[in-house]
Amino acid sequence: MSPEIFQLVVWSTVDTLVMVGLSGLFGTLLGLPLGIFLATSRANELFPAPAANRILGLIVNATRSTPFIILVVAIVPLTRLIAGTSIGTRAAVVPLTIAAIPFIARVIEAAIREVDQGLVEAARAFGASPLQIVQKVLLPEAMPAVTLALTLTVVSLLGYSAMVGAVGGGGLGDLGIRYGYQRFMPEVMATVVLVLIALVQGVQTLGEAIARRLDKRTRN
Amino acid sequence: MPRPSEAQTRPIIAFANVSKVYPSRNESARVVALDDICLEVPEGAIVGVIGKSGAGKSTLIRLINGLEHPSSGHVLVNGTDVTGLDERGLRQARRSIGMIFQHFNLLSSRTAFENIALPLEIAGVAKSEIAGVVEPLLAMVGLSDKRDRYPAELSGGQKQRVGIARALATRPKVLLSDEATSALDPETTDQILSLLKTINAELKLTIVFITHEMSVVKKLADRVAVLESGRIVEQGTTYEIFAHPCHETTRRFVGSITGGNVPEWLAAKLRPERRDGDSAVLHVAFVGGDANQPVLSRLARTLGVDVNILHGQVETIADHPFGSLFISVSAEPEMLRGIIGELRAGQNSVEHLGYVS
Repeated sequence: MSPEIFQLVVWSTVDTLVMVGLSGLFGTLLGLPLGIFLATSRANELFPAPAANRILGLIVNATRSTPFIILVVAIVPLTRLIAGTSIGTRAAVVPLTIAAIPFIARVIEAAIREVDQGLVEAARAFGASPLQIVQKVLLPEAMPAVTLALTLTVVSLLGYSAMVGAVGGGGLGDLGIRYGYQRFMPEVMATVVLVLIALVQGVQTLGEAIARRLDKRTRN
Repeated sequence: MPRPSEAQTRPIIAFANVSKVYPSRNESARVVALDDICLEVPEGAIVGVIGKSGAGKSTLIRLINGLEHPSSGHVLVNGTDVTGLDERGLRQARRSIGMIFQHFNLLSSRTAFENIALPLEIAGVAKSEIAGVVEPLLAMVGLSDKRDRYPAELSGGQKQRVGIARALATRPKVLLSDEATSALDPETTDQILSLLKTINAELKLTIVFITHEMSVVKKLADRVAVLESGRIVEQGTTYEIFAHPCHETTRRFVGSITGGNVPEWLAAKLRPERRDGDSAVLHVAFVGGDANQPVLSRLARTLGVDVNILHGQVETIADHPFGSLFISVSAEPEMLRGIIGELRAGQNSVEHLGYVS
């Protein structure tokens, strides 16, 4: 492999990491509160708002059922508004974030619903407010599951990021398509695939290690 | 020595005509969980509410700290009508009402120390003051050496000790116990019950507990209320309830402890009609002081009958001995009446169950 190609692989990897990192970060900042709300706002829950819960649930489902490549194209005006441009790595962060928010919200909702309701009752019996219950009971107890959920999200985003080449976003997927496929350079394609495999493995291993550290339910 | 229940202090908890109905769209499916409950808990007493599952025990205990709201009636705790409080007022009131649970409900992400500190953090106690409260509590429940252990590293009994310490952190006046020993083995149950008794005596803490086990009532309660299908069918001091159970449900619960339930082998042989050569079977419940009296030997002396003991048991309940004997006597009907009259002396109760050959 020529040094030029090698450099391309390195830069594409950096692009991918930036896109995934930023969209993961923004997605979590917006998806976490949404997930908490979805998990606590049905009737008879901590913040009962069944109507809002249903409406947000519908929006989340609609976003999640839109194929990512269509989402990317459909929200180009929004992307231009937020990122100032609709092509390039920076622009790609917008659709990735939009796709990440409902995904993260659902996995965090599931993680929080896993928390034993007995703990919520105990906290209420001690005079905790709904906000204190979220902060002192639900989030700390759901943390191992939340970590695994975010790991899953990052892995999915790595996959999604390969598609943003379609709108001129960079990254490993784009490199693989343009060099590996269109210029018929199988060694580039193979490298891209290997780097992606290594990234997914790394993220998964790291996420599981953190979750294990946080999980005090079983001790070895 | 006056027992707390007999000291007749003002009630710290009072239920006045409390009902709880879970409504449903169709009328037949609505559930009456509690029906016109009147119950007073004297300050410093240990009061047990016993009932089978589905009797309404959980609902009843949760009305005290406002985790459930009654459909009608009032619940007064420490002079405050908790049924009239808003959420904010309830949160404040709950800080003076501790609660322990069947499945402990400890946070798995917090150590023993941090679990006990939780109610203090919730109440907004300064971090610098928390250790000063938690350490003595850990010592009191005998877990100072488990301070930094997570619940997963503790045994069931140790978890419940942490639960008790946590419930006491905000120095409550009342402790609610929701089947606190039902998930524990008998030995651990005894340890937890004696810890609760100690706490009651030393901290002058009123304890209300719910259980489905009469053995827990026997060991812990000063007063008992028997709950069935949402109604209190009987209440009184533990001694009274054991001595004179009136309601059928109470009898069965009491019988499970005092041996008053007819043993199966005997029930199989019993018949209602007397045949020639049959012996009459009597169940004698000795209550209180008379449990020490030589009733049977007196019977043999004064009436000259032979008594055959079929089954028997003596228990100590609320510091009084309770005896239960199943005997058979070979006697004509006339003589039998005399025997029953003799045995009925004092507070004993005698029941003629039937005949065996």
